[in-house]
Amino acid sequence: MTKLRAESRDASSLARQIRVQAAQMIHRAKSSHLGSAFSMAELLAVLYAEILRIDPECPNWKERDRFILSKGHACAALYAVLAARGFFPKEWLDDFYQDGARLAGHATHVGIPGVEVSTGSLGHGLPIACGMALAAKRDGSPYRVFALLSDGECDEGSTWEAALFAGHHRLDNLIAIIDYNKIQSLGAVAEVLELEPFTAKWQAFRWAVREIDGHDVKQIEGVLAKVPTEPGKPTCVVAHTIKGKGVSFMENKLLWHYRSPDHDEMAKALAELEHGE
Amino acid sequence: MRSAFFRALTALAERDERIHLIVGDLGFGVVETFAQRFPKRFVNAGVAEQNMTGIAAGMALSGKIVFTYSIANFPILRCLEQVRNDVCYHDANVKIVAVGGGLAYGSLGSTHHATEDLAIMRSLPRMVVVAPGDPAEAEAATRAVVAHSGPCYLRLGRAGESRVHVGHLEFHLGKAIQLSDGKDLTVISTGGLLETAIRAAELLLHSGLQARVLSMHTVKPLDVDAVLSAARETSAIFTLEEHSVIGGLGSAVAEVLAEAWEGLVTFKRFGLPPVFSAVVGTQEYLRAHHGLSAESLATAIRSTLERGGTRNLTAAAEG
Repeated sequence: MTKLRAESRDASSLARQIRVQAAQMIHRAKSSHLGSAFSMAELLAVLYAEILRIDPECPNWKERDRFILSKGHACAALYAVLAARGFFPKEWLDDFYQDGARLAGHATHVGIPGVEVSTGSLGHGLPIACGMALAAKRDGSPYRVFALLSDGECDEGSTWEAALFAGHHRLDNLIAIIDYNKIQSLGAVAEVLELEPFTAKWQAFRWAVREIDGHDVKQIEGVLAKVPTEPGKPTCVVAHTIKGKGVSFMENKLLWHYRSPDHDEMAKALAELEHGE
Repeated sequence: MRSAFFRALTALAERDERIHLIVGDLGFGVVETFAQRFPKRFVNAGVAEQNMTGIAAGMALSGKIVFTYSIANFPILRCLEQVRNDVCYHDANVKIVAVGGGLAYGSLGSTHHATEDLAIMRSLPRMVVVAPGDPAEAEAATRAVVAHSGPCYLRLGRAGESRVHVGHLEFHLGKAIQLSDGKDLTVISTGGLLETAIRAAELLLHSGLQARVLSMHTVKPLDVDAVLSAARETSAIFTLEEHSVIGGLGSAVAEVLAEAWEGLVTFKRFGLPPVFSAVVGTQEYLRAHHGLSAESLATAIRSTLERGGTRNLTAAAEG
């Protein structure tokens, strides 16, 4: 952790690094989900710079905090942050998603240090996280389990089965973070399958809920540094985010769930990211 | 078989504290002993099989040996993607236990007929598929799946099955158990029809036909050597399962035979037609309805052998 802090003291700069890497990976691979990677860049940056108790030298350290990227389609950002933290060489990012590559287009654990579980089919992350959190409780282990979910996967029944379970079993070592960018695969969440009143739903399932601006690193640090938020309750962080955040022509555009930036778009995107906040 | 399973599981859990049991709100009257003895290693996940399976994977990835438990299709079909991705893909040490495999819950209707489970579980990478033939095999299988690291599916009957094996039972995953020998034919049985297979063999003996009977308790990995030996050393092979004829034991044996030089041995599958049962009834009633009584099987085997089975394909096509 010490090494990382020296390297990227500033979570904002790490977030920018994540976006640049993810954009380059997705551009090279002609793949998708750049908007989904951008919306969670600050969340990942704060987790990996400040919050998670992990050791890149010893990725399977027994008492490490567990992080599960349940929205596995946005894995370019996860791979970028793992490489930045030294879990594997940055060169591995170069052939992401390409024939014979190590890094697949959805989060894949096989042979990739730092990826706890493979995801990609939505609604799988929170149940697995519950199992890990329950195991920690029963073993008296101090680790916490963080699961980062998309808003779209809150359509999945399995997500709510897990929400019910975690509340009932008082898993206060479990933290669900929702990347609430309000755009899912075929349209606005409000139009496809409305989640509101969203925080009230999680509260009703006996979770301690905090709403934050998911691009404000201070707010993210503030809430994640204080888990468990309420003893005896799992924490749900509803992070209001913007799909495609960081590049003006990608923000809040469904198109960037799918489109891969071409050469000109990449140049414009990189220029904006370099001169961003 | 259910009691044998719980007896074995409780004994194993005494010695191995990694063993956990998660149930999907089922098991009234049978899970209590384990739950009271090991309250910190028991979870009732509620009526939520997807979460139950995801939790099991998460706990297994944290070093536990986790049994999930429910009835019929519930622990595998509702949560099939969790079984495939969370359990199998991660090579999670999860043992899925389904009570009431086949037609054990026959009277409850087709929703409770677990008749495609072997086919579906057999197709999943890493999944070991076990259907014990009697309570003795169920007990031994429980020990064996704990000793095996990785995903397993244990298909049990319900309760009250007779013990078929006498004396010490030598049980190894992936190794068929021979209960009798004969040169005229082989009956390969999986699951709770083992006793029926033995009785059918006894009836055939009255007609002068000597049958080898194999209990193929492990459908995957299949004991290929036992199948090929049967093809070489006996004149016909019949498979027997309380499962659709599509994809289960019969298909597994057919795959081996079709790719081997022994492929022209007389061969027939006995199982259930791949349809939703038009009638309901007890397990015994439905078995008889579908020709899976010892008497029906003996008759069908005799008539297949008299016709020369499928050995002479030209004759069959012309006939």
